[in-house]
Amino acid sequence: MSGPDLTTSIGEVQLANPVMVAAGCAGTGRELEPFLDLAEVGALVTRSVTLDPRAGEAPPRAVETPAGVLSDTGLQGPGLQGFLATELPWLAQRRVRTVVSIAGQNLGQWAELARRVGLSPGVTAVEVNLAWPPDSAAARDSYQAAKILAAVRRDMPRGIPVLAKVAPVMHTVVDVSRAAVEAGADAIVVGHGLPGMALDRATLRPVLRGGNGLLSGPALNAVALRCVWEVHAALPEVDLVGSGGVRTGYDALAMLAAGAGAVQVGSVVLHDPAAPRRIATELAEELDRRGIPAVADVIGRAHRPHPDPTGDAR
Amino acid sequence: MTEGVRGPVQVVGEVLSNKRAGGYQHLTLVAPGVAERFRPGNLVALAVGGPLSDRLLRRGFPIYRARATGAYRATVELVFAVTEPGQEWLAGLPNGASVDVVGPLGRPYALPKEPVACTLVGNGHAAAPLFSLADRLRERGCAVHMVLAAPSERELFGALDAKRAAKTVVVTTEDGSIGLPGGVGLVLPDLLARTGSDVVYAAGPAPMLHAVAAAAESHGAWSQTALDTDLICASGSCLTCVVPTVGEDGVSRTVRSCVEGPVFRGDRVRWADIGTVPSDIWGDE
Repeated sequence: MSGPDLTTSIGEVQLANPVMVAAGCAGTGRELEPFLDLAEVGALVTRSVTLDPRAGEAPPRAVETPAGVLSDTGLQGPGLQGFLATELPWLAQRRVRTVVSIAGQNLGQWAELARRVGLSPGVTAVEVNLAWPPDSAAARDSYQAAKILAAVRRDMPRGIPVLAKVAPVMHTVVDVSRAAVEAGADAIVVGHGLPGMALDRATLRPVLRGGNGLLSGPALNAVALRCVWEVHAALPEVDLVGSGGVRTGYDALAMLAAGAGAVQVGSVVLHDPAAPRRIATELAEELDRRGIPAVADVIGRAHRPHPDPTGDAR
Repeated sequence: MTEGVRGPVQVVGEVLSNKRAGGYQHLTLVAPGVAERFRPGNLVALAVGGPLSDRLLRRGFPIYRARATGAYRATVELVFAVTEPGQEWLAGLPNGASVDVVGPLGRPYALPKEPVACTLVGNGHAAAPLFSLADRLRERGCAVHMVLAAPSERELFGALDAKRAAKTVVVTTEDGSIGLPGGVGLVLPDLLARTGSDVVYAAGPAPMLHAVAAAAESHGAWSQTALDTDLICASGSCLTCVVPTVGEDGVSRTVRSCVEGPVFRGDRVRWADIGTVPSDIWGDE
């Protein structure tokens, strides 16, 4: 495509465009294939892979809430062995930029996941899901996040970047991000869902069988944007990925301007399976309209003073 | 999984007509590409609220009828109960309005290779997909019999259609307001015996399908059951519409109603465990 240069890099990895599909929102990849050329997306983050197969939470697992969706699938999945045997090779064969999301329950599991995913062909990067198991505080606790990142980094081949996914919680996000980077994370993903609840209209009891779930979608956008801003202000050298309710090219542009080098889109894919391509196209139009030649030129722009329209740059 | 030319498409559909049908809404959409790929039992998933909508989740519907060619090009028809704001929005759309349509999705009904006798069982508006199924079965020389069930007369759908579609029509309601009282479980065994049905096709909520699967089993017939369940993305990405099933190998799995279903073989579903993840299930494929 002629027009603005959409390439970006996250932790030494070059992406053709900054629109990634967030963990758990692309199924195995196969589900989106009828609607989207997966090789075209900036990167696809797999559903979180656990060491053992998991049957997941009893339904209902998701419910629509104002401008969002509350969900808890319980990380249903085939386990590491099944994932490496079926889902990863399928993505690798199609040359999809694949970021493997991993979820461990203790440091031993984290290390084993890191070792075995790191040695598998077709892995662009690894994303550490710090918000699992649900009672874990690691996504908003520096000490726990650092221990996990150190364990993952130690067993991960050097060439594979490790992304730490931290919770968009204003008062902890900077500390957790700093701790994760010091422990070996190559980039930070700001953007888990936040704990929420929805009650059934008829019974006035929780809708989700698991009781609670994580809220994602546009309802979180302003919160995530603020967190990206804060992390970039505190750690300007750190590569950031912003996620939370991005639905349009403008939403993506705002995340970039707040300091992210890339964005992840999640709930919008459930609404519109072709959204990643549309958002990348819209982002190019947004840049073009503003006369910005490249994604690299807009990252962190919101932190710089707005130029005086008179051209007086005092 | 459907792939290639048979796979689903995403198109901007146009409302051709939108009207009440008894207690239900009957929506006809011009949706090129969807109708051509349609097989009875397939679903469509519609975005609701228009482009500025904050309603994120798609609404999944079984397809009532599809016409690949006609005066208005390719159309699909849906019949649904209006029970929530997204469906209210759909029900209020004027002719000519645009709706984002994804489909056809899901596994359709398997059709018999021989011209056998078939009984089709539907509950309320969930019976809608049985009418296009009946057409396909008759084209194959199958004898078609039908049971239409509902809680009461108000919720009954398709009684007129059924007279055209089937040799035998049995109506049953829970409260006996029309037809035989008592529901599917009471009327089906007798009908299967009378018609010598080899296959039972059904569409409706889980308890009715459970009764159908049991009646088919004791009669020695195959059953093909389409589960009427809420869908979130309807494309298989979100892993929320899960159903516990038993595979050919005897191993239990949690599968997605929108991809591996909505049509399941009745003897493969763990009916008593619907709505749970049984403790002997370990992950999916």
